[in-house]
Amino acid sequence: MKKIIFFWLYSVATGGIYAQQTFPVNGVADERSGTYIFTHATIVKDAQTTLQNASLLIQKGKIVAVGNDIAVPKNAVVVDCKGKYIIPSFIDLYSDYGITVASRSSGGFSYSAPALLISNTKGAYGWNEAIKADAEAAALFEADNDKAKTFRDIGFGTVLTHRKDGIARGTGTLVTLANKKENLVIIKEKASAHYSFSKGMSAQSYPTSLMGAIALLRQSYLDAAWYKSNPTAEGVNLSLQAWNNNEPLPQVFDANDKWADIRADRIGDEFGVQYIIKGGGNEYQRIKEIAATKATFILPVNYPQAMDVEDPDNARLVSLNDLKHWEMAPVNAAAFEKAGIVFCLTPADLKDPKQFLPNVRKAIENGLSEQKALEALTKTPATLLGVYDKVGSLEAGKLGNFLIASGPVFKEKTIVYQNWVQGEKYAVQEADWNEIKGIYSLVLYSGKGNINYTINVKNARAASIINADTLPVKFNFNGRLVSLNFQPDKKSKSFIRLSGVVNDDGSWKGNGTGVDGNSLLWTALFSGTTTIKPDSASLPGDLPMAKITYPFGSYGWDELPKQETLLFKNATVWTGEAEGNLANTDVLVKEGKIARVGKNISNMSGARTIDATGKFLTAGIIDEHSHIATVSINEGAQSVTSEVRIGDNLNPDDINIYRQLAGGVTSSHILHGSANTIGGQTQLIKLRWGANDEGLKFKDADPFIKFALGENVKRTTSPVNNRFPDTRMGVEQVLTDAFQRAVDYENALKKVSVGTGKKKQAANPFATVRRDLELDALVEIMRKKRFITCHSYVQSEIIYAMRVAEKFGFRINTFTHILEGYKVADKMKAHGANVSTFADWFGYKMEVADAIAYNAAIMQKTGLNVCINSDDAEMARRLNQEAAKTVKYGGVPEEEAWKMVTINPAKALHVDDRTGSIKTGKDADLVLWSENPLSIYAKPEKTIVDGTVYFDLEHDLQLRRTIAEERNRIVQKMIGEKKSGAPVATFKPSTYITLSCGDDHENDDEQINMQ
Amino acid sequence: MIKIYLLSAVLSLALFAQAQDDVYPAKEYNGLLFITNSTVHVGNGQVTENATVEINNGRIVRVGTNIAVPQGGVKVIDAKGKQVYPGLILPQSDLGLKEISGGVRGSNDYRELGDLNPNIRSVVAYNAASSMINVLKANGILLAATVPQGGTISGSSSVVQLDAWNWEDAAYATDMGIHINLPSFAAPRPTAAAPPIPAKADEIAKKALEKVEEVKIFFREARAYLQETTHTATNLKLEAVKGLFDKTQKLFVHAGQVKQMLVAIDFAEEFGFEVVIVGGEESWQIAPLLKENNIAVILNAGHNLPSTEDEDFDQPFKTPAMLQKAGVLFALNDDASNARYRNLAFNAGTASAFGLSREEALSAITLNTAKILGIAGKTGSIEAGKDANIVISEGDIMDMRTSIVTHAFIQGREVDLASKQTQLYERYMKKYGLK
Repeated sequence: MKKIIFFWLYSVATGGIYAQQTFPVNGVADERSGTYIFTHATIVKDAQTTLQNASLLIQKGKIVAVGNDIAVPKNAVVVDCKGKYIIPSFIDLYSDYGITVASRSSGGFSYSAPALLISNTKGAYGWNEAIKADAEAAALFEADNDKAKTFRDIGFGTVLTHRKDGIARGTGTLVTLANKKENLVIIKEKASAHYSFSKGMSAQSYPTSLMGAIALLRQSYLDAAWYKSNPTAEGVNLSLQAWNNNEPLPQVFDANDKWADIRADRIGDEFGVQYIIKGGGNEYQRIKEIAATKATFILPVNYPQAMDVEDPDNARLVSLNDLKHWEMAPVNAAAFEKAGIVFCLTPADLKDPKQFLPNVRKAIENGLSEQKALEALTKTPATLLGVYDKVGSLEAGKLGNFLIASGPVFKEKTIVYQNWVQGEKYAVQEADWNEIKGIYSLVLYSGKGNINYTINVKNARAASIINADTLPVKFNFNGRLVSLNFQPDKKSKSFIRLSGVVNDDGSWKGNGTGVDGNSLLWTALFSGTTTIKPDSASLPGDLPMAKITYPFGSYGWDELPKQETLLFKNATVWTGEAEGNLANTDVLVKEGKIARVGKNISNMSGARTIDATGKFLTAGIIDEHSHIATVSINEGAQSVTSEVRIGDNLNPDDINIYRQLAGGVTSSHILHGSANTIGGQTQLIKLRWGANDEGLKFKDADPFIKFALGENVKRTTSPVNNRFPDTRMGVEQVLTDAFQRAVDYENALKKVSVGTGKKKQAANPFATVRRDLELDALVEIMRKKRFITCHSYVQSEIIYAMRVAEKFGFRINTFTHILEGYKVADKMKAHGANVSTFADWFGYKMEVADAIAYNAAIMQKTGLNVCINSDDAEMARRLNQEAAKTVKYGGVPEEEAWKMVTINPAKALHVDDRTGSIKTGKDADLVLWSENPLSIYAKPEKTIVDGTVYFDLEHDLQLRRTIAEERNRIVQKMIGEKKSGAPVATFKPSTYITLSCGDDHENDDEQINMQ
Repeated sequence: MIKIYLLSAVLSLALFAQAQDDVYPAKEYNGLLFITNSTVHVGNGQVTENATVEINNGRIVRVGTNIAVPQGGVKVIDAKGKQVYPGLILPQSDLGLKEISGGVRGSNDYRELGDLNPNIRSVVAYNAASSMINVLKANGILLAATVPQGGTISGSSSVVQLDAWNWEDAAYATDMGIHINLPSFAAPRPTAAAPPIPAKADEIAKKALEKVEEVKIFFREARAYLQETTHTATNLKLEAVKGLFDKTQKLFVHAGQVKQMLVAIDFAEEFGFEVVIVGGEESWQIAPLLKENNIAVILNAGHNLPSTEDEDFDQPFKTPAMLQKAGVLFALNDDASNARYRNLAFNAGTASAFGLSREEALSAITLNTAKILGIAGKTGSIEAGKDANIVISEGDIMDMRTSIVTHAFIQGREVDLASKQTQLYERYMKKYGLK
């Protein structure tokens, strides 16, 4: 029945058909034209165009013609593809095919290990080992037929491969998956340049953090631009040279997560680069923000597997976020399509590449159109790399890269028979090419006469025998040879064993052994077709599905809350202003601002009225020292890291934002940790739960930076410190040196920007002076455009920090922690510093041996602006109580105590004109307390930011119910998966995100981790 | 004149060269002592207004509203408008064992080497002059359990009173508990800093059970050993747990996870020990079971974050109320080590804000604690016959707004509430000319 097929079966591509001319031949030349014509096929030219009963002609690895009326050339091998589909094979943009990287467990930053301060890479390369812009995939690439087969089997013909190692990863090379010499499979040597946030194999300490990786990328862009002027001071820097050479290529960024995608895009925006972003699969959770990047995406389809959550003690450690993502992950691609974002699909990140097509199918079941799916695997990736003239559709002149399949490629029952790459055939499920499926009549011939059976063949590996009983046949068909092994009836203990050949005319013939062991001959003839069951695809609409909330995990909003017009009636209002505490007072909130404060305000504006009788209304709490809502805290590798910015790595999903709203906090100053003397740039945020990272930021606030002194920066508890400084003497020098360098830098800039003679007013001083992000921040400090909050404990360091600052003409804006501040309060007052301290911490390390709970009171009494801060995600939700401790310790009046967590930190942060007290015109950042807010029994009933209610005690109760129900539903569903026999992963607890300064906490004798 | 001046300068230098802490333990007081006109919070849930507490030879004689105060020769504290409480008891601490934990190894004596150390006794290393101690008294904490750490069986803890010259004088209940630490049954939550542990959850649980079995074998062999009247080889470790079997000691099981607590219940069943769970983060999930098995709980961290992101934000705050409702005997601790236990009373305040009555919350830091530590016969409440361990506060001791301790008595001795902290306060108030 199918005549032409058999010659393929054992003809493995030899790689010698179109040989390279430069290579000598050992033997006799065997040059062939590889002319094939595939006739009577349904040809999917591209996602838009499908031709029926058409032909495809290829020669020398390329497509010569595609269409309905193509003459069959004499030298062509004819392949009849009646009933079959020819589809362009897929293109993967995110492969490391043929390029291996040894893996290193990423240990993060270890306090107990010595720092590795310089790169291990030998040669004329740049300073940081994670910048591997010089890596060239084309040179690293080694074809690997076993791996190639894995990807050919799931439909790929072309992959963009690169070395997945480092922050800059060098170039990618576009190769086919043909089993040929590397020279011939590379179709574009330098097709792309690659970047990531992960330093990979680099053993160098810097960067230890995400914000450090971002800073390194930014500095590298600047350095590369500067290097174009061939600065003599730099000599030859092959890393920067390569960076520049890679600039014209498509730039691919491995971001791997919704927020990381956005971070990557921002770096691109800053340097005029539009990255192609490799996503993480959770982008559907923030599709609006993702669309706003205007980037093209490469999407994995590695949906999380159901987990074993039968044990309730385990189940509770899986977050609702992860449970929902398990359920919703297959909607990701459809969300991109709906939002009109261009994307490709990749099998990258899949543990088992065989899951690729089934998972794409899941995406289709969840709303992705088949057309878009095909485009995402063909035209889109080809166009992105500028190789659509070579691959991505079936058109004359393009490579002969295509699949021959039994039907539309994404249908569940479709079988891909062959994957042709560069005009050569690779078997996938070739045995099924011959329509073996059907009913056959089998005749056994033996000395005792003929016996007849009917066989129902389902596919090349499954058949059953229909007689009195229907019994399974152990069946195997490889395209030519067939074997059958079956019991003639249920009672029989013996098997009939047959083997034979399927002839060109479709008849089967062979020999075998009967039940009694005698030998026999047999034939089988096709007698009819069987009906095929339709695809099992179910529509997702019938089952309940998790909802997207903001944030996506627990306590998220179905819709972001809106500003309201609110009228608080009859409250005890603690203004924090000269008016003091007002009884029976009304406060009107409108358009995010405090519109009026007074008695008997009538509700003219349709405000929602809140009866606050017996309750207390105050300004929201401002935490001067916090480490929530961020991915990393410390860039601990170097003593000066003023280039890193907390704002680059905010995490708006941190549940601690919500918890702290429940404690009455409305603004938090997110600080770099205390791992180094000059830490990173800080970020003031408002606790707008549900907003994205930009939405959290306190707009137009003065920028700050974290400094730190003392035990942490000299790494007291590290047994092997090799990072300067190791003493307070050294810390003082780190400060002095950094600012001296900043002075010199600023002078150098002034000199070139002013210039002399013809060189006057040079357009860009950074063309000659290397722009240094680290020194930029220090210059800002000296120019009073950036302000310091300085972690400090003991009197010696407090004094010298002030003296260094004074020497360079600026002031320390705030001393934070400052537990010996009471000893030098007069000096800090003279210097003009604010202070922010713990209410009662002491005794957890040597430098707090003299810490006293009366510190805040003494400093307040000497006239300093005193704040009480948390530095702790738990204590931050009880800062009202911490303020109350100053009443207990030192008798601070209640009104003044309250200011220490509201208007005083607002002053220290230069936002006291906007928040921190209740005054007409200020931001409506408010808390309604059940009683005197300094009492331990007081609870916030409502917390309001910019006139929007972000926390409400009653709403919280509702959310608890929703969370419990939703968790239960999904956990039950997962258990159902397990019961239904689906593969289930072993239980793994969800990652927990609460971070701390790391080292202000009690440090045991053992090592501590600073993160 | 000059000489005297110089001498005093030298003296004051010498004084300052030492720690400023020159607070002395109180002298014994054997006479009658009356605390009058007070609101007495008994510790057992009762409150008596306008009450007088009569104390003789360090013991409470009577508490009532109609107690006549004899004229002369007696000490009288007028507590009008003030609140009188039993001395607060810190149920779990490394007080006197750990001075400066970070970077000063030499100041630490709380963790011994080895895995099974029942013979280790914390009390012998207790530093009665630790700079932490006076700070606690000023916040009403008059007794504390000092507990060894490390290994699976850490050793025995003792209760100390906080006004003593040395550990022998401080000892209030010696070696009253043996402490064991149960291994985790769950894979730790991965964090940004700590990547996931590759071990599978069921393997971790299996390992934990093996460890539990090892400890059980220890106790089984101890039971057999202790049934012997004479031994050819005396085993100090086995000897050390004798009190568990004759119930003069309790077994303190450090456990937070449900599965660990189930193991603790199992210990009570197999060996008949009196078991106390220390930690108990997840105890609210099995409160009725704990009640049924008479397992007491010391909640370590009231001021804690919920253990998962999905949990109610106030879960740790309301856990005490949930235990109370289920009838579990529990005490509150303060293990927030940055403030070194001084906030014990405020943990009770929070528990009250989230469901306990004020007096129930007070019991959780006084009488309940005494019961759990086995010292309720002589302290924990203001009742006749008990030691006069009493605190007087300006206002509600559980609310920092009003919690200002004015007097404290340990066994009838009025203790000094000064500390290095108050002395430094005065010193620098003087420097700035403030009052």
